[in-house]
Amino acid sequence: MGDHHHGPAKGLSRWLFTTNHKDIGTMYLWFSFCMFILGGTFAMIIRAELFQPGMQLVEPEFFNQMTTLHGLVMVFGAIMPSFVGLANWMIPLMIGAPDMALPRMNNWSFWILPPTFLLLASTLFMEGGAPQAGWTFYAPLSTTYAGPSVTYFIFCIHVLGLSSIMGSINIIATVMNMRAPGMTYMKMPLFVWTWLITAFLLVAVMPVLAGAVTMMLMDVHFGTSFFSAAGGGDPVLFQHVFWFFGHPEVYIIILPAFGVVSQIIPAFSRKPLFGYDSMVYATASIAFLSFIVWAHHMYTVGMPVSGELFFMYATMLIAVPTGVKVFNWVSTMWRGALTFETPMLFSIGFLVLFTIGGFTGLMLSIAPSDFQYHDSYFVVAHFHYVMVAGAVFSMTAAVYYWLPKWCGRMYNETMGKTHFWISFIGFNLTFFPQHFVGLAGMPRRIPDYALQFADFNMMSSIGAFIYGASQILWLYNIIATIVAGEKIDKPKVWDGAEGLEWTVPTPAPYHTFETPPKIDPAHAHS
Amino acid sequence: MVFKAKRLSKLALGPVLLLMSVFAMAAGGEVSDINMSPGVTEVGHKIYDLHMWILGISTVIGLLVFGVMFYSIYYHRKSRGVTPATFHESTKVEIAWTVVPFLILLAMAVPATTTLLEIYDNDDAELDVVVTGYQWKWKYEYLSEDGENVSFFSNLRTPQAEIDNTEAKGEHYLLEVDEPLVLPVDTKVRFLVTANDVIHSWWVPQLAVKRDAIPGFINEVWTNATEEGVYRGQCAELCGRNHGFMPIVVNVVSKEEYAEWLAGKQQEAAEIKELMAQTFTLDQLMERGKAVYDVNCLACHGANGEGGVGLPIAGSPVATGDIGHHLDVGINGVPGTAMQAFGGQLNDVDMAAVITYQRNAFGNNMGDTIQPIDVYNHKKG
Repeated sequence: MGDHHHGPAKGLSRWLFTTNHKDIGTMYLWFSFCMFILGGTFAMIIRAELFQPGMQLVEPEFFNQMTTLHGLVMVFGAIMPSFVGLANWMIPLMIGAPDMALPRMNNWSFWILPPTFLLLASTLFMEGGAPQAGWTFYAPLSTTYAGPSVTYFIFCIHVLGLSSIMGSINIIATVMNMRAPGMTYMKMPLFVWTWLITAFLLVAVMPVLAGAVTMMLMDVHFGTSFFSAAGGGDPVLFQHVFWFFGHPEVYIIILPAFGVVSQIIPAFSRKPLFGYDSMVYATASIAFLSFIVWAHHMYTVGMPVSGELFFMYATMLIAVPTGVKVFNWVSTMWRGALTFETPMLFSIGFLVLFTIGGFTGLMLSIAPSDFQYHDSYFVVAHFHYVMVAGAVFSMTAAVYYWLPKWCGRMYNETMGKTHFWISFIGFNLTFFPQHFVGLAGMPRRIPDYALQFADFNMMSSIGAFIYGASQILWLYNIIATIVAGEKIDKPKVWDGAEGLEWTVPTPAPYHTFETPPKIDPAHAHS
Repeated sequence: MVFKAKRLSKLALGPVLLLMSVFAMAAGGEVSDINMSPGVTEVGHKIYDLHMWILGISTVIGLLVFGVMFYSIYYHRKSRGVTPATFHESTKVEIAWTVVPFLILLAMAVPATTTLLEIYDNDDAELDVVVTGYQWKWKYEYLSEDGENVSFFSNLRTPQAEIDNTEAKGEHYLLEVDEPLVLPVDTKVRFLVTANDVIHSWWVPQLAVKRDAIPGFINEVWTNATEEGVYRGQCAELCGRNHGFMPIVVNVVSKEEYAEWLAGKQQEAAEIKELMAQTFTLDQLMERGKAVYDVNCLACHGANGEGGVGLPIAGSPVATGDIGHHLDVGINGVPGTAMQAFGGQLNDVDMAAVITYQRNAFGNNMGDTIQPIDVYNHKKG
């Protein structure tokens, strides 16, 4: 103790040169929130155009740019960095480490993100516009048929991959080397477990995505024909490579979300997480299965029937470990002493809506039925139940849960609950009707639609505006909390919460666990 | 516990049946607004049954899980003064809820597998149709062992004014084409699906067919419609600007009607061949050219040649310049732009007519004509 116990530097240099996991976590969280608003704005433009049949506001090519950028910004700019931010803040606190294992790299993996997204967004103003081949950018629409912005897009994907890989290596190194004495693997909080597994997924698949976009670059500029049949290539190769990245990517997004609710549900049930060991095994099984199911995104490309059957069976199997997780969460609540503060509300919202998304996922896994669902709004509904009500709800719960620990002030509970209910209603109003129009035959990614889809689309648009507006309430609540929230100073903000992060003072000081904490060997996992 | 679970499952059954009957009612009639349509093929009915089976199982499981959860939310709240239990693991329960779902999955996998194998049985088709996706239209070609192959393009027929909201939208807004695919009823039809530029996907829900059209590859898929009628679908794979504007319309007609229609098309093809040897006057070409222009050029170049996605034609250096170059642009397109090569899409008569039309309409008074033989010679090089 003494003079080396310094606080943060002053001014801008604190943020530019920081190697502190809390500062970097904070920057990640704010950056992802900005991207959430940007991606949300794109979504509002999409829903405004789809409010009625006919082309009202934008041209079809601009509409395609909006759907493309909405997907890219939400996946790579909002959801992924938000969970990386959470990992930065919480993993050292949860395992009793003073900081991340590789703090300088940590700084860099954040700071290459903002310029990258600036570059990506700037393509909107290029001649020919931003990328418009969808966030899945299937070749050859994204290669030989794309505008000049595709080159910028490829560069952006490379840098984002670099950032993700650095972040993941950091998390793996931290979890493996920096745990406090006595914090064995099977004592780690589930959030740390899910992130450790996620980090391995990221390290495995981001290079595959880099490979895919590099092949695109070669096709566009250097005369190769990886994805062109005319030169001996195959457009379907692109889809195989993309989804070999893309399917694990889905779990990269959802596993940390599983981790978050596995922290929150026990806290507000005042009862330990049910089936901790099986939760760890289920997470690992899901991660393994995620590598062998990619072609279920491609049932209609004309694979041999043996391929269809393999991917169908493997995909159906994912229902088993996912089911185990849902049953464990419900059992955690069973005979607990429940209260329903905002984090718990969002976690229960997650549980219900993610389960619905899981069921539609199971339906989509059935190859023959998928011939009718594929590329329809049914798919759009499905993945928004998983991505928004899954990942985003979980992230929202996390912010409400840990915000008091971060800033030492309590958020406004009434406003938080209002935010939940408006979000919940707005979300369902937006996406539930999309199941119907999808089943009735509305393809996705169309800027205009036949008249029989009009009512549900209008409903969907109204829901989207409600959901979008409720996020402004959230932003207001966060800022109001930081600026003027009621001060709290007890380490344990929530009476049912367990874990090392609740043993440090509130707000968490700039440096924590400079001497490793003592872990009670008798105490189970937190 | 056991007793409660039983009661819960009974409670759950009511809403399930209710929900299922709503779906069933919705599906009883024609195309449903909220559910998948069983369509007019045997395979479509099997897919529909499979869909309802999985949906049903999911609904039951969902209601059970949510039932337990809401029971807990109501009865195990802290405000009721409960003391939390401390149990946190049970290997038996974990094994049970790993094994039982696995068995349920088997009950889904069996019908899914049989249906899939049936879908993949492409043998013994009585009729082959090549379906080719273009940006942004479909081309159909009937392969026949005797006589001429019949081939034509199928374009969106909805007027731009309806899309732009300046005219009231018709009943089949965006789901209508100038020339539908005509198929005989009760016939196993095999589609050979491919594309000319980017990936498209040929989807007609009522025929239970969706197959990606991939440039350079040919996918096989089949249908066998058991009811006559008009069935509508759309491109299902993002294929660029007008992805939402390349519908599919299939007329399923009686076998006799089909034979008559096919003979008519073959006759037409023979007539075109004859026309190709003729020389036309400017007026004849202008009349034919306007019709061709409205279907093929108008969407990009505007009703009055004022341009839009494409360059203006009125007063354009191409349409008022060297006639050979103009013809070349029509036949080979302009690589790297949205201007496609129409040489493979229009027959020589239509090509001659539309080029002539462009040179003599919208205030372009060039006074020259292109004849089918010129197009033929240009294509031959």
